[in-house]
Amino acid sequence: MTSVVRDLFNTSVEFVRTFGAFQLFSLRVLRHSPEVLLGRFGLVVKQVFNTGALSLVIIMVCGLFVGGVLGLQGYSNLARFNAEDSIGVFAAFGLIKELGPVITALLFAGRAGTALASEIGLMKATDQLSAMEMMAVNPVPRVLVPRFLGGVIAMPLLVAVFSMIGLFGTHLVAVELLSVDVGAFWQQIQITVDMEDINEGIIKSIVFGVAASMIAVWEGYNAVPTAEGVGRATTRTVVITAIAVLVFDFMITAVMI
Amino acid sequence: MLCYAVAEGTYVRQGPQKKQTMKQLDDSSHNLIEIRNLKFSRGHRVIFKGLDLDIKRGEVTAFMGPSGTGKTTLLRLITRQLIPEEGTIHIGGIDIATLNMAELYRLRQRFGMLFQNGALLTDLNVFENVAFPLREHTKLTNRLIRHVVLTKLHAVGLRGAADMLPSELSGGMARRVALARAMVMDPDILIYDEPFVGLDPISMGVIVRLVRRMNDTLGITSIIVSHDVAEVSTVADCSFLISGGKVAASGSPDELRTAKSELVRQFMHGMADGPVAFHYQAPDYEEQLLGRDAE
Repeated sequence: MTSVVRDLFNTSVEFVRTFGAFQLFSLRVLRHSPEVLLGRFGLVVKQVFNTGALSLVIIMVCGLFVGGVLGLQGYSNLARFNAEDSIGVFAAFGLIKELGPVITALLFAGRAGTALASEIGLMKATDQLSAMEMMAVNPVPRVLVPRFLGGVIAMPLLVAVFSMIGLFGTHLVAVELLSVDVGAFWQQIQITVDMEDINEGIIKSIVFGVAASMIAVWEGYNAVPTAEGVGRATTRTVVITAIAVLVFDFMITAVMI
Repeated sequence: MLCYAVAEGTYVRQGPQKKQTMKQLDDSSHNLIEIRNLKFSRGHRVIFKGLDLDIKRGEVTAFMGPSGTGKTTLLRLITRQLIPEEGTIHIGGIDIATLNMAELYRLRQRFGMLFQNGALLTDLNVFENVAFPLREHTKLTNRLIRHVVLTKLHAVGLRGAADMLPSELSGGMARRVALARAMVMDPDILIYDEPFVGLDPISMGVIVRLVRRMNDTLGITSIIVSHDVAEVSTVADCSFLISGGKVAASGSPDELRTAKSELVRQFMHGMADGPVAFHYQAPDYEEQLLGRDAE
């Protein structure tokens, strides 16, 4: 019993210590962000390509199928109330406010977050970060901040692409396959969806972008510099990002609803 | 006048650094690096327990010793990648523990370090790897950077590999590119961490001659960590044999080779029996093979 209490206490202390270190690390990254954004934008653009453009295929394919599923589910449920014309609104709300940001963030963690964490972890394991320090180059603004900013910029763009392709997927299923009236489909979206709804999606995508990118660079930078350590850091990136995204999603929805 | 940048031909540093508080290195003293009463441990394992040594300006100094004696750790302490628990390290008369980060980074611009595995930046090609310190710390034109980088690559025999990626290089080539990068800023102190490991005889000969030539012609102070007694003997002016957390012996390679100490003789002549045990601490061999545990 005593050992259980002691383990619980040690784990709690370790959690608080790690969380505190993460916050200090986040402040360091944020402190250097303006200078990198203004002075070394080329590095950021390269990372937007690495994290954003290279994630486009997975985002577009998943978006298309998620939209298609929304079309099928929406039709079968709304048809019970003879409201199948509202399927466009149903899908638009679902995609823009919830599914777009959340699924994109989860896919981002799996595709780009793991790539970031393992790249930085391997740079550490192969002494590249130490070599930079020895060349009097601070690795935080040179390596970490561009990758963080790349992720933050890429996420809202990916969410926008996901939502658009998703809506197109719903259109394909509902209009082309299930013969819902195309005019009603798009007109109801135009009338019902407000800028407020889109803002909710934008806010979520920015928050998820900051969280997912920060967790990925943190895990990579703090990875144990061995093959096993980098592997663990990569796994933790996906797990922690998934939890953080869903918790933030609940909090933002609760505030904005 | 720029901090730490007193060597002739040192490139112009970027503007904001000039405004920092200046601490001038003493470039006249005989000893460039002085280490006194250095104590350091990792967890419960004591690495150094009161280490004292001096590194003379303009010489090639070697740290030798059995595996795990903390030679690489000592390099990391000298460059303040690690901080000692006790004791002082003075470089050019300045206690490096008193430097803030900006001052430390300016001091490091006078260092060149060759890592054991080269530590080339994997997302840049060979040319950009060597150009990296110049692009970060100077405002040289692209044309001048190209000139300097090709000169350094030519010195290590890899001018033709300028467009290759680090992943396309062999271990020896990567080490030579890393050496070109370490000397691209014309440092005052060049540190080599196991420079001879895994090199073919031709590359090894080139590197050994290069170390000696740079030291003699450019007046660089070189520090080498190596196990390789034969190669170190040909290049080093002074060697420190580190064992048991202290300097066990020091002197020129010839002095060490003829030393009477059992430890020095064991290391210099590669003998299995001596003060340094070949076997790590373990229970009795016979007992472990045939005793109760075996069942």
